[in-house]
Amino acid sequence: MLLKDKRLLITGVLTDDSIAWHTARIAQEQGAEIVLTGFGRGISLTKRVASRLPVAPDVVELDINDPAHMEALVADLTGRWGAVDGALHSIAFAPEDALGGNFLNTPAASASTAFVTSAFSYKTLAVGLLPLLLKAGGGSLVTLDFDNTQAWPAYDWMGVAKSALESVTRYLARDLGPHRIRVNAVSAGPLATVAAKNIPGFSQFRHVWAERAPLGWNVDDASPVAQMICVLLSDWAPMTSGEIIHVDGGFHAIAAGRGEE
Amino acid sequence: MDRATVEAKMTDLLVDELGLDRGKITMGAKFEEDLEVDSLGVVELLMALEDTFGVSIPDEEAESITTVGQAVDVVMEKLAG
Repeated sequence: MLLKDKRLLITGVLTDDSIAWHTARIAQEQGAEIVLTGFGRGISLTKRVASRLPVAPDVVELDINDPAHMEALVADLTGRWGAVDGALHSIAFAPEDALGGNFLNTPAASASTAFVTSAFSYKTLAVGLLPLLLKAGGGSLVTLDFDNTQAWPAYDWMGVAKSALESVTRYLARDLGPHRIRVNAVSAGPLATVAAKNIPGFSQFRHVWAERAPLGWNVDDASPVAQMICVLLSDWAPMTSGEIIHVDGGFHAIAAGRGEE
Repeated sequence: MDRATVEAKMTDLLVDELGLDRGKITMGAKFEEDLEVDSLGVVELLMALEDTFGVSIPDEEAESITTVGQAVDVVMEKLAG
């Protein structure tokens, strides 16, 4: 089994459509022991869908911007496992006025909130878990990206935050590599999750993907993304760090379309 | 399960899981406008329906639900099918 006896923390499970939920499912199928985190009002949802996993994991509250939560989480994991082998960072937020075509009028505070919660938070999680990763003798961190090399319709400051997240991934890889901790990002194609449905203009992404991705793309299937996350969390990517791996049906490599009329 | 039972269970679920005011729940009440259920609340409602009634509600059907009565309709349909 790919993840036998790995102790993994998985953030960002909101429903059983969540990429994080599928990651938790596959990780358990592959032998991992997991703990989920939930946030705010969504935590009741996290607890509900936790029970739909092969083995119902515990759910710990984590507002990534609240140092007291991080401290309590680390205390919990220390008592539970004493060490952590890896984590999925699946955390992002942008205020309504930072998305949906309001780019020129978004106030600094809203853009800043998007940055802190969606990009800086990868650093927060990494530093919080560092003592536990060190106890495991190293580990693997993975975050969820949406390729923002080019500008998208509607994605706006969330897109800018994703570009920052890619950069944070590289700097974390630089600073944590000497501790044998790998830090990567998976850049997924669009998936019909709660998070995506709350992005105005999501349907435009859906159509362009179906036409352009050489392998095709199913917005209702998060498994290919979850599988790649599990590979990165496993021992089978030992020399991969600071990397942005696309799981997008090959979309990012193709400019205008597949050349079919 | 007859309609009255589903309606009663639905009402309990809305009060217990979503914290809605029992007095405001009618079959004609609209989730978003009348009961002030936001998008996260709607997701929670659907999950709760699936768990409570042991049915599976696809997204396309879920999107057509705007009133409490329509939610009852969908559950009745699933239970019959």
